Order: sequence, then C-alpha cells, then structure tokens
Amino acid sequence: MPTFVYMTRCDGCGHCVDICPSDIMHIDKTYRRAMNIEPNMCWECYSCVKACPQNAIDARGYADFAPLGHSVRVRREEDKGMISWKIKFRDGREKDFVSPITTQPWGEKIPKLAETKVPDNEAVNSQHLYDEPRGLEIDGGLPTVSKDKFKQGVYY
Amino acid sequence: MPKFKTVFEDCDILVVGGGMGGTGAAYEARYWGRDMKIVVAEKANIDRSGAVAQGLYAINCYMGMRWDENQPEDHVRYARNDLMGLVREDLAYDMARHVDSSVHQFDDWGLPFMKDPETGRYQREGKWQVMIHGESYKPIVAEAAKKSADKIYNRIMVTHLLMDESKPNRVGGAVGFNVRTGDYHVFRAKAVIVGAGGASHIFKPRSVGEGMGRTWYAPWSSASAYALPIQVGAKMTQMENRIVLCRFKDGYGPVGAYFLHLKTYTQNAYGEEYESKWYDHTKEMVGEYIDHHPTPTCLRNHAFIEEMKAGRGPIHMVTKEAFQDPHKEIVGWENFLGMTVGQAVVWAAQDIDPKYTNPELTTSEPYVMGSHATCSGAWASGPEDISPDEYQWGYNRMMTVDGLFGAGDALGGTAHAFSSGSFTEGRLAAKAAVKYVRDLKNEQIQVTDKQYEDLKKTIYKPLETYRVGRNEIVGGTVSPSYLLPIQGLQRLEKLMDEYAGGISVNYMTNEPMLLRGLDLMKTLHEDLEYVGAEDLHQLQRAWELKHRAIASECVLQHSLFRKETRWPGYYYRGDHLKLDDENWHVLTLSRLDPESGEWTMEKAPVYHLVD
Repeated sequence: MPTFVYMTRCDGCGHCVDICPSDIMHIDKTYRRAMNIEPNMCWECYSCVKACPQNAIDARGYADFAPLGHSVRVRREEDKGMISWKIKFRDGREKDFVSPITTQPWGEKIPKLAETKVPDNEAVNSQHLYDEPRGLEIDGGLPTVSKDKFKQGVYY
Repeated sequence: MPKFKTVFEDCDILVVGGGMGGTGAAYEARYWGRDMKIVVAEKANIDRSGAVAQGLYAINCYMGMRWDENQPEDHVRYARNDLMGLVREDLAYDMARHVDSSVHQFDDWGLPFMKDPETGRYQREGKWQVMIHGESYKPIVAEAAKKSADKIYNRIMVTHLLMDESKPNRVGGAVGFNVRTGDYHVFRAKAVIVGAGGASHIFKPRSVGEGMGRTWYAPWSSASAYALPIQVGAKMTQMENRIVLCRFKDGYGPVGAYFLHLKTYTQNAYGEEYESKWYDHTKEMVGEYIDHHPTPTCLRNHAFIEEMKAGRGPIHMVTKEAFQDPHKEIVGWENFLGMTVGQAVVWAAQDIDPKYTNPELTTSEPYVMGSHATCSGAWASGPEDISPDEYQWGYNRMMTVDGLFGAGDALGGTAHAFSSGSFTEGRLAAKAAVKYVRDLKNEQIQVTDKQYEDLKKTIYKPLETYRVGRNEIVGGTVSPSYLLPIQGLQRLEKLMDEYAGGISVNYMTNEPMLLRGLDLMKTLHEDLEYVGAEDLHQLQRAWELKHRAIASECVLQHSLFRKETRWPGYYYRGDHLKLDDENWHVLTLSRLDPESGEWTMEKAPVYHLVD
C-alpha cells in the first residue's frame, strides 16, 4: 500500500523524507508539505508513517489488488518501548495489537567498543570476534573443525 | 550541467551499505582497529535501511549451542541439503560457529526475544529460528554501528569502486553521489567492505502499476552487492541460483511462522494435499534429493508450481484450525505487522480473516540474493583455520580483488545466513579487513585525479542526457534520445522474465532463450548509456538500474553455463531437465574482464564437511 500524506496534518517537517529507505518521500515545492513521489517504488515498510510526528501519513493498499475502505494504523513510542497497531477491514471489523520494541532504555546497553580493553596480539591472531568465546556462552571455546574433514565428491 | 562539489574522505576501512552486514562490519571494525578510521556510506538512512528496514519477527539463524540445540555442523548439513548440495561449507560453518555471540548481543542491547514459558530459553519457531518482537531490530543495530564508526554518510549512492593504481588488482576506495545535495563523494580507502543489497526488480514482478513496489525483497535492494565487485573484475559464484518464494498472495507475507509455529499447512483448491502427488515426477528429475528431510525449499516450490499448472489452484494455507487458538491468531497477525505490514493491509482490504478464510498462496518472481535460501554472490576466501586451500587466500571474506571484502548478500555460497548471519559475516569481514590494513603497514594506496574525475563524468551523465534531450520534445515521457530509469527497468524485467525463467514462462529457460536474452542485454547496456535523469532522485534510479543490469547479465551467463536443472522450483533448463551430479556437482564461477568486457566461466570444486 503506497503511502500518502494528509494535507491538513502535514507541517512539512521532513522526518519522512529523512527516513524513507526508498527516497520517495519528498517535500512538494508548492505546498511545502511531504508527498510520495513514486508510489510504485514503495515497499509499504511504514518507516515514514512511524516517523511522522503529526500522524499525517497513511497508506492505501496498492491499486492493482487492494479494494478500498481498509486501514492499518500504527503508533510507535520509543520512550515507552511499545508499538500499537489498529487494523480496520473493509467490512468494518477491527483488530488491535500491541508489541514491545525494546527491553532497554533506548541505546544505553550498546557498548562503545572504542572504550573496551584493547585486544592483545593473541586475540587478534585468533578466530575470535569481540567478546568471544565468552559471548557464545559455551564450554570448550569457539568450535572448530579439521581441514581434512572437508572432502570433494557427492555427499548429502 | 550544474557544478557538483567534490568531497574527499580518506579512511582505512570503508563500509559500503549499512544494512545488517554493513552495521555488523562497522561495529566490529572498531574493536580490532582502535586507531583506524572507519567510515560507512549508506544509500538511505541507516536507521531504516536494507532488507530489515521494517523489522523482523524472527531471527532465522541461531544455533543455540549453549543449550545444545544445534552445532555448526548441523547448520552446514541443513544449508547444503536445502540448496541441493551446493554451498560453501567452510563459510557456512564459520558463520554458524560465531552467530550465537551476535544474537546474544542483540538480546543484551534490548531487542525483545520471546521466551519459551517452560524452559525460559528463546522461543523456537522451528529448528533454526527464534521469535522476536523485531520492529526496531534495524534501529537497534544501527545504533551499534553509529557508536563504532568515525563517520556515517547517509544518502550516498555508491556507484563504483576505485582501484589502487600502484598495485594491480587492489581496491582503492569507492565513489558516489549525495542524493540530496548532488555532491560527488570520493572515498579513498585501504580496504572496502561491500555490505550492499541483493537484487529485487531484475525479473518482472507479479504485481503491476502502482503495486510493482510490492516485491518480496525490498525495492531498494538494487543489486549493488554484485555490480560493485563485478565492475572491478571480482569473481562471482552461483549467480544462477536465483530464489523463488512461496508466500501469501499479493502481500508476500512470510510463511515460516505459519508452517513451523502455527502448524498450518497447504492444500489445493479442492482441499487435497498435493505435494506427495508430485513425488515420482520430482524423483525422476533430481533423484534421491527428494527423499531428504526437510524437503529442499525449491522442491516444495516445484510441487506447488506443478499443481498450479495442472489446474488445481489456487493453493491455500489452511489457517482456520490454528487461528481458533487466540495466541496463535495474535502470532499470525503480529508476524506480518513486525516485518511485512503490506500483507495485513491486503487481508484487511479483501476482508480475509484467516480465522474464517484460508488465504491464498503464490510463488513469487525470482530474486538474486545471498542470505536467504539461496547463495549468489562474490567468491570469497574462507577462514584460515578450517578452509580447504582452494577456498583460502589470506584473509577471511576477502574477494578475489585485494582489500575488497563482503558480507550479507554480497558473499556467495553462504546460504541461510539471514539477518543474524549477515551481521556476523560483517563482523568477520571487519576483523579480517583490519588485519589486512595492518599488514599493509606504510604502503599507500594510489588513486589518481584522473580515475575519479573520469568516473565523475560518467556518473552525472544521465542529468546532461536528460537536459539536452528534453529540449527536443514538447513534453511527456517519450523521447527518441533517452530512456527514463523506469522505462529501462521495465525493459530489463521483461527481458529477464521472458528469457531467463521468470513468472510468465513458469520459470523455464534453455540455451537458445538465454542466448537471445544476452543479445537483448547487449543492446540494453548500449541504451543505458542514454538513460536520462531529470533530478538527483532519478539519477539514483539510473544507477540502481545500471547495477541491476550488470548483475542480470551475470545471472544470464551463469544460467547458460550450468547445463542442468539443479533447483526445480527456482528455475528449469528445458534442454537439461535433470539434476546432473556427474558433471555439475560444482560451484560456478564467473569473471567479467573490466578491460575487454568479456566473461569467463569456470567450475570450482565443492568441498563437503564429512564426518
């Protein structure tokens, strides 16, 4: 369902332009508001819908297979770590869903690797990646296999 | 033509593309390369770019070694079985032995994992998949990349790699343009990690007009993962191994959770199980591969396609039973909302509630990519400690061009990596790239002004072509002097669809068809010299089109070379309708000579991990 923008809600802030992975949300030069300039390159990923502070962006199912009269609305709240959806069928039935989007305060638990202990030469020359083998949480270290276990021929 | 400013960036490691592979690379590179300058160039915005932009509801590659659920060897056997015997088992093993540590970090960072209420372990969807609430999967990993990289450039369309002029066959960086400002960006780098995307929109999609964006793989996956290495003469592998997806009709909503977790199943329009009906027929084509468990994805597709051809469609997913369980109903819907919102929209629009209606399935148009149930991509070195000699030339995940590394879709032979495996491959490539740069010591990369100035002219030419040609006509889209990107794209899609085994020929091709396809591709390449771009957005589309065309030619060459039908259900060679292990139990390799424009093809051995 390509996205579209409601004229009365959009204030032209450009968040959707910034985030769109397909580069199809642009600011219309006359109205100074956002619009989808290329609906046939829209993946209906909802990145712009989620990013819009004015709830000005909605989606209408692709014209070649989606009958009118439906809606799928979303509210993504990063501070609460939640996302809420409302699905409205063409015949009026509704379904609501709420899911978590994170279990931690946003970004805080992601390490700055520049501030971790500098790896020694042994680590550099090993097959270990950052925080391995500890991060694998197994005994016996990083698994390996002997080169001579690799054989040519037809095996299944 | 407007004068575009040239912006220089000199760095040690350049990551091209900030999807799962690229974010993994940027993150890990900092750990090993403390003193190095690490830069990312991303076509969109790394917070929502790549195939995981809208999220995922499952991580499809997790061993669970800590609970003794699977070992790397098990994953190797699974991947090779699913791809009919042909993967790079060293790369698969290497990814699998590291992937759990990536997944555990995602958990620590805040990605919500569902837990099995009885065991407290990650909730399994199937043997390899764990279930997540992954709407914010991409913004979370992007955060990790941002904390590691010196600089992340968003909205840079990288069009070409640069080559070092002091030593043959060594990469020297990359160039591209800023889609917003038009600035020309020259990245001089000692090592480049390609984390760009695979290829959607090289075969005509089922949906038309406004719906053409509703492809299974993202429309922004524009084959840069392949075009960038191909253009500098890197060897590619298994590019014929395109993938066709069996998915919910029109929205291409995923079926994994439905089959594995919700235990829904398929039947034909008359309520009959149909896969077993095609057993003998399939056995005739592929021999005992049909007896393997689980049944390879392509062979299940094959039964679907044959049943449709026999006139017993549509094929339905039987959901009515499972959806009576309220928990399963929630999972069924949230599965789409978390990763393919469009499917929820189709069902809402068509009043399909799977609790009361069994929804239709379809087989998609083909895609070329390297991280799902297929493994197209660049031929790369494996890890030092395990890879057979023919698979190892110094640095893990380095392509056949020195200093050029890959991750995710860019790497060939590594099927079933998915999101977590692609991120892990990025980490592996990054560690190897750091070592490579360190080993260069004080050796300098030489990129002359001429190299990047010549490329600058090439890159902006579509703007000039349009400006001049536009004055010839009153208006509209029809010009005798230029092709618009959408026109070129549709010509490419039609060509590949009809001659290389797309939907309109039921995935069938043969040698005469492929040769004709190559003829038409030659003139398309000539005409793409006259692609016209009205603005910077269209200039991006023009280069995406060129990347797709380069990758498509490679797909044609590989499809022509492999004279067998290895993956029925993905595509068929009508002139060689059987799997032929005697001659073709091999990996195919191609190389485009950048000077002569000639392709050479060769066979590479398959090494199996045998106990």
